[in-house]
Amino acid sequence: MAMEKVELNVVYERPESLTTTTTHYCPGCTHGTAHRLVAEVLDEMGIREKAIGVAPVGCSVFAYDYFNHDFVEAAHGRAPAMATGIKRVRPENTVYTYQGDGDLASIGMAEIIHAAIRGENITVIFINNAIYGMTGGQMAPTTLPGMKTTSSPLGRDVEVSGYPIRMAEMLSTIDGASYVVRQSLHDAAHIRKSKKAIRRAFEVQEHGLGFAIVELLSSCPTNWGITPAEALHFVRDKMVPYFPLDDYKVIPEVAKLKV
Amino acid sequence: MAKELLKGNEAFAEAAVRAGVEGFFGYPITPASEFLEYMAKRMPALGRAFLQAESEIAAIHMVYGAACAGKRTLTATSGPGVSLMSEALSYIAGTEVPAVVVNVMRGGPGLGNIAPSQSDYNQMVKGGGHGDYYPIVLAPATVQEAIDYITLAFDLADKYLSLVYIVVDGNLGQMMEPAELPPMRELRKVPPEWAVSGAKDRDPNILTSIYIDPPDEEVTNIRLLKRWLEVEKNEIRYKEYELDDADIAVISFGVAGRVCLSAVKTAREEGVKVGLFRPITLAPFPRQAIEDLSKRVKRILVVEMNSGMMLQDVKQAVAGRVPIEYYGRMGGVTPFPEEVLDEIRRVNENDEEIPDGMERVQWLERLEERIARGE
Repeated sequence: MAMEKVELNVVYERPESLTTTTTHYCPGCTHGTAHRLVAEVLDEMGIREKAIGVAPVGCSVFAYDYFNHDFVEAAHGRAPAMATGIKRVRPENTVYTYQGDGDLASIGMAEIIHAAIRGENITVIFINNAIYGMTGGQMAPTTLPGMKTTSSPLGRDVEVSGYPIRMAEMLSTIDGASYVVRQSLHDAAHIRKSKKAIRRAFEVQEHGLGFAIVELLSSCPTNWGITPAEALHFVRDKMVPYFPLDDYKVIPEVAKLKV
Repeated sequence: MAKELLKGNEAFAEAAVRAGVEGFFGYPITPASEFLEYMAKRMPALGRAFLQAESEIAAIHMVYGAACAGKRTLTATSGPGVSLMSEALSYIAGTEVPAVVVNVMRGGPGLGNIAPSQSDYNQMVKGGGHGDYYPIVLAPATVQEAIDYITLAFDLADKYLSLVYIVVDGNLGQMMEPAELPPMRELRKVPPEWAVSGAKDRDPNILTSIYIDPPDEEVTNIRLLKRWLEVEKNEIRYKEYELDDADIAVISFGVAGRVCLSAVKTAREEGVKVGLFRPITLAPFPRQAIEDLSKRVKRILVVEMNSGMMLQDVKQAVAGRVPIEYYGRMGGVTPFPEEVLDEIRRVNENDEEIPDGMERVQWLERLEERIARGE
């Protein structure tokens, strides 16, 4: 019997920008998805060998174990300042931070805002899952009103703790910010949009166009106390309405970039 | 290069430039701001990075980033700034990357004032940030020494992958005196092998201070301590003046040491056998040299511009061999040579034992009398 000649195409493989290390992330956590998207973009742009990542304190504290390029580990919230120090003395490198909501929107609020004010030519990947994951599910600055956490056991009381901060909207008001978007990782269609946003955010840096941030709505089934599937539905049904997905700031030079 | 009349803070900044600093990150604070202002002009003119950060916290984390990138980097601040920077200083120590911090000390605690002081001795020498680490601390007493030790600081930082602090006070930062700057050094062309510079043709470099497994952290602590023991072995520096035949040794650092030197010279003219021992490295502390000194002299007078912080280290080295007396001014008050001279004369006449702990009690009594006299 004659063999039919079949042409095989690789349609899916591990990006070179990821290591083979098994992540410590919980089942259903979207950090893995976000890592992969960043890695695919670095590969596709051919910038892995000049990439320097800045890891946060939070669940992604060990991000440097999973990415196959140079990495530093910042103190809690200080990643944008550390990235600034690196980028200012190594403008030829691609420098990005990967931060969670406690890191970026609470303890590191000053650092992220001033990086944006300066139009720092760095890329920021901001994972918003409305909770402190690593420390065991405490209330974050992005925790939704009424949402129960270990430090808001009766639900976030806005009279006591205030309202969640919408980072993308706020950063978009800053003149120095060139590209500010919010996307979500709750389904395939949005994951594709997220990747496109990440790609554009890195292109912004490669073209020297200044500060770019991609906020990614993410799930935390472990600390939300629900199943991975329910967690994705929670993102879609509860988080997206509070944190609308949009391109909040795209300066004309960024809009012209082909992605 | 010939001597020029140089202003302290500006000369220190230029010394850092010539030592090959490629990134300066700072935040305004009196009495260190001239350093920042000088760098604001000088660094961009050389195509090097200068940035006024949003806070001391951000400034030192920028230094941390630049250090990880394998570039010579520093910041200059004052005590309240160091307090804010303590977080990153611990991270820099834990990551084992070289960085230099200049502290132009002022009176405290709290907001305190902007006058010259040495009240950050414990903050700088005994740590400040969390965890097990030992910074190198250099204490120049003249503009020339500050220039020389800033150059040295970068070499020590690189050699021992260490934090190096330069402690001066507002006197030195603000004064003008003749000094000579070193020639401009060439910038490093190839990054150190440990630096993050892009993983091209090599495995990724990961720079972190996290060792989640306690045995790994312990190995790191052992490595840091061994490196520190090497520093203790190789890098102790001090200056001695007229100590060969001295009965009394004055021990004092920085500008206070300079004031003491004037007093020592006058006392010598009066026939008092007194000399000066001036530590340059506050850390590592010249413990052995002071121990040896305590075997030669009859009495020791420690003089500082704080409440007697180095005094504790001197006491440890002297171990009760000879009586130690203390004289200091606090709160941003610089002692006059005449005050120290009075103390030397008094110590010369005094043969009483000083019970442990009483040196500061007796000093406070004398100080309050002096203040009551309006001095």
